[in-house]
This record gives sequence, structure tokens and C-alpha cells, in this order.
Amino acid sequence: MAACSVEQLLAKAEAEEAEKLNSITVKKELDLEFDIGNLLAFDKNRVEVAVFRQQKKDEFLLALARDNTQLLINEIWKQPTERVEEAIVAKLPDPVTPLPREKPPPKAKPPTKWEQFAKLKGIQKKKKTNLVWDETAKEWRRRWGYKRVNDGTKEWLIEVPETADPNEDQFAKRVKAKKERVAKNEFNRLKNIARAQKGKAPGLGLTPKAQQSKDELARAVSVAKSSTASVGRFQDRLPKEKPPKNTGKKRKFEPLIGNFSNEKQKQLELLQVMDSKKPKMDITKAVNKQMREEDREEAAAKYKKGAGKRGRKGNMPGKGKGKGGKGKGGKGRAGGGGGKGRAGGGGGGGKKRSKPGKK
Amino acid sequence: PSQKPKTKRSKRFLESRAPKLTENVKTAMIMKGGNTSQTVTQALKDIYSLKKPNAVLYKKKNITRPFEDSTSLEFFSKKSDCSLFLFGSHNKKRPNNLIFGRLFDFHVLDMIELGIEKYVSLSEIKTSKCPEGTKPMLVFAGEAFDVDNDLKRLKSLLLDFFRGPTVPAVRLAGLEHILHFTALDGKIYMRSYRCLLKKSGCRTPRIELEEIGPSFDFVMRRTHLASDDLYKLAHRQPKALKPKKKKNISHDAFGTKFGRVHMQKQDLSKLQTRKMKGLRKRKGGVDSTEDEAAAAPKQVKVES
Repeated sequence: MAACSVEQLLAKAEAEEAEKLNSITVKKELDLEFDIGNLLAFDKNRVEVAVFRQQKKDEFLLALARDNTQLLINEIWKQPTERVEEAIVAKLPDPVTPLPREKPPPKAKPPTKWEQFAKLKGIQKKKKTNLVWDETAKEWRRRWGYKRVNDGTKEWLIEVPETADPNEDQFAKRVKAKKERVAKNEFNRLKNIARAQKGKAPGLGLTPKAQQSKDELARAVSVAKSSTASVGRFQDRLPKEKPPKNTGKKRKFEPLIGNFSNEKQKQLELLQVMDSKKPKMDITKAVNKQMREEDREEAAAKYKKGAGKRGRKGNMPGKGKGKGGKGKGGKGRAGGGGGKGRAGGGGGGGKKRSKPGKK
Repeated sequence: PSQKPKTKRSKRFLESRAPKLTENVKTAMIMKGGNTSQTVTQALKDIYSLKKPNAVLYKKKNITRPFEDSTSLEFFSKKSDCSLFLFGSHNKKRPNNLIFGRLFDFHVLDMIELGIEKYVSLSEIKTSKCPEGTKPMLVFAGEAFDVDNDLKRLKSLLLDFFRGPTVPAVRLAGLEHILHFTALDGKIYMRSYRCLLKKSGCRTPRIELEEIGPSFDFVMRRTHLASDDLYKLAHRQPKALKPKKKKNISHDAFGTKFGRVHMQKQDLSKLQTRKMKGLRKRKGGVDSTEDEAAAAPKQVKVES
């Protein structure tokens, strides 16, 4: 009898439990996929389209949403909870779904000279307190900054050490020493940055090393020589110094596949010029050609002068003028660089007489 | 790049925008195109209120076409440091058009164009709303989200858009807002509910839902999805973020934690065991046998 009643009680308890859970259980064919870190649930169950179309859409969606939310809430309630200031808080795990980043991950900076050394020696960074107890002032003072503990600048008395010159200004010495320390720190900081970027260091041979090879020294000399305002044109050479080789201008070509817009622009310009009826003229080339021709004529004239007496002299200015006139006419025809051409021609023609004014 | 910062404040500002190990919450820029309808402007305002405070709503119209030229979008994203965007427009060919998109490194990663077929705004549904900035629960329903590639990306994009900041813990009473997306019948239904936690018999509450927020019936139009390698590049996590694997810990099928203990070589002669006086080495051999015999029964008893 007793056994019967116990069984009955157990059965009753189970039924009650089941009833309680009834309100929160949801029956689904496929379990949902959860990503609690993102408060996300994904329901893969099929919905018969025909069924969906029959009912009222919003009500159907509401019921579906209610079921899915119930399952999600059940999952969230399984998470460990704790009490934070009169609110119960559930700890969420890390999000699982992979999502793309906003920006690429940062590149690791190379360690500075000090960091390398510290790693080598095993020196750990010690966290220092901001405030230090000052005995003399009997209060908490900063470690550095305004009203700091050991302010060297506030000292009004500095003992002259025995080894020092009595006439030396100790205060000025302190100030200078501080300035030097600051400058050294700044220099080291910039060196660290340069090492991190690794492109801005001066080239081979330009920073003095212990042993430098002959070419490095030669290169250093040539670089130093050309680092003047006129790029080394007026630098005197040492008595036994040989003229430098390999200092011709290198021809630089555009890379094959580089700037597409640039290439497109150039080609369009070319087509445009080809299209226009005016002849294309390179002003500088024309001027240079003109000048060369005139020089040649001058030289030829001088030679001829030497050969055959004064008669030719009269022709020279005439020849010059004639050439100038013809040149002008030729350029005038172009008109593309119209005004410029004329000025160029004038300038070219007038080279013998004076410096070309306008360019 | 720009000038070096001269104040601490500007330095902090630049640092917050620099690439980091754990990134900031993704902000969205919501903007209008050349021509917008009342539906579209209202829809943009509603989504802005869902996404506040991690969103900026631009008032002016921008005459650009994201699918043709995304330079203007990229410029805006660089200036406002936003990696998500929502572009609304309306024309005869594509009425009530919304383009959801995200950027990686200020270049467009994915763009998906959704057309609004039916829209009920926040103001039309007269119920009390959830406070701004609550982290919403997201539910995606419909096997289409797993089968169709475009819908898979859409799911990832919508998750990215609406999820809000990643938090380590959440207040159980504050789980009020839920966004439900259903992919059915070629359309995507988005509904926003407020969930009421009712008493049930046990610890976990029973949920009752009440529709609050904007409700959309979307149809998917054009897409511009990132190529596979760009997508993979965008997912690359820095090594420092990977959880450090504790060595020597392994789990078996039942979840039991196993570890190995490595011992040094032991000198077995110096092992501490039970002292068997009888077994101790004696000077005489005879005595030992006698003692052994005496000790043997003792041993037997002990063993039993």
C-alpha cells in the first residue's frame, strides 16, 4: 500500500513538473543553432509555403517568432549567472559566428632598442605610482611634473664640488646637462622610428663606420660634393682627385604596368595632338636647335674670318638677323605655342646679344 | 598620412580610429540617394533609431549610384569612420530601394539591395518601445538562409548590422528587444518585437511577444558580394587574439579532462612502502628462512 502511494506521488510530481515545463517547451523538428555570444538563433526548419500563404502572415510570423525566442531565452538562461549590484546578469560566451573585421589587423611594431635589451635581460616593466610621499612637505607629491618631489630647478644652493673650477656656473651647467639629455632622448626616439620604418636611413657609406671600403668612401665623397646649392657644379677638385665616372644621367622609363589613368591620359593626349591640324612643336628643342645652328654658323664664320679677311664680318649680323627672321617666321606659322614661339624665337635670336629675357 | 597630433585629445582620437586588435563597434552611415520616397525616408529614420547610437543619419541627398561608383561611399566612410552603410533611394525601375553594405579597410566589401514591398513604421504601431541602445536578440528562420549563397551573405550582413557591441555579460531583465528575420517564399520578412518575460513554473520565464518596431517585407534585388579571397582577407584575425591553447590538457569523448604528469626517474630501492620487518636483510641466512616462514602467514593475512 505504501509502495503504491509512493509511486503515485512520484508520478504526480513528474506530471506537475512536465506541466510546469510545458509553458516553456517548444517542439521543433530540428534544433536551432545558437550563438549566445551574439544573442543569435538560427531556425532551419522548413515551413510549408502553402500553409504560410493560407494564414494571416503577421500572426504566423508572431507565433514563429515567439517559439524561436522561447528557445533562445531557454538557452540564455542556461548560462552561468551572477549578481551585479541588484541585477542578475548572465555571463555570455565569446561570439562564434565569424564576421569580417572593420580594418586589417595592425602590423606589429618592431621593438625599440630598449625593448630588445629588456627582453634579452629579462627586465620587467614595473608599474610606478603617480604620487610619492614627500617628507619635507609632508604631503603626496607627483613623481614628475608640476610641483614634483625632487625638483632640481628649484634648488637655490648647489655645492661646488672640489674637482670643479670655482668660476664655473653650476646652475648653467645643470641646465645645459638637462638640455643635452633631452636632445639625446629625442635623437634616440627618432632613430627608433627610423628603424621601425626602415627606409629613411642614409645610404651606404654615408654614416661613418669603423672600417669603410674604398668604394664606400668614394661614394660618400661624391654625395658630399654634390650636396651644395648648385649640386656640385662649382666644387673644386682635390689636386690628385680623378673625375667621377658613372655620373651620367640615367634614362628613366615609365613602368610597364603602372598608373593606368596616367597612361590613358597620355594616350588620349597623343591622339588629340595627332588629330589637330597644327604641327606639334617642342619649344625647347626648337630653341636649342636654333642656338646650336647659330653657334655652328658663328664658329664657321670665325674660321672663315680667319681664312679670308674682314669682308665676311659685315655679313655676320645680317646672317644672324636673317636666321632670326626665318626662325621667327617658322615659329609664327606654328601658332600652337604662338606667343611663346615668338618670344622663344626672339630669345633664341637674341642669345648672342644678351641673355634671353622671357622664357 | 595626416599631420602628427599635437594634443593628447587629438592623439586619442586618431588612436581610436587606427586599426586595433579588438575593434570598436561597427558604426553605420545612413544616407539618401538622388530621389527618395516617403516610405524610404521613414524607413531610414526607423532603422537609424534601431541602430542608435552607433549610426549617423545624413540629411542631404547624395547623387551617387553605389552599384556603379562606390568612391563617394568610401570617402564618407573614411571621414566618419563608419564601416556599415545603408543607402535608400527610389526610382521607377527600383521603387523603395535599400542598399545594405559593409566596408573593409574603407573599400566596399559586400552590398545587397533590398526592395521594400510592405512597410509599417515605428510610429504606426502604437505600443511602448524599448529604450535606445538595448542589444537586440536576433533570430533568423528559414532554411533558405543556409542554402542560398546570397541569403547566407545577407544573414551575415544583417547580423553585423544589427548586433551592437559585443558584451561579456547581459542583464537578464534587459533582454527586451528581438529582431526576427524569416526567409520564405522568395521574400524576407523582418519583424521587431518586444519580449515580455512572464512567470512560468520554473526559473526560465515564458515569453510573450508584442510587435513594436518597424516591420518590413523585403525582396532581394541586386547584390555585389566580395570575392572569396577578399572575404577571407577580411576575416583574418591577428594571432594575438587566438585563445592560447593550454598544453598538456586534452579532452576525451565524454568530456573528461586529461593531463599528463611527467615524473623524474625514481629510485625504487628508496621507495616508501609498508615496512615488512620480516623481509629486512639479516646477517644469517637460516634465520631469514625461519623468519620468512613466520612472516609468510602474516603476509597472507595482510593481503586478504
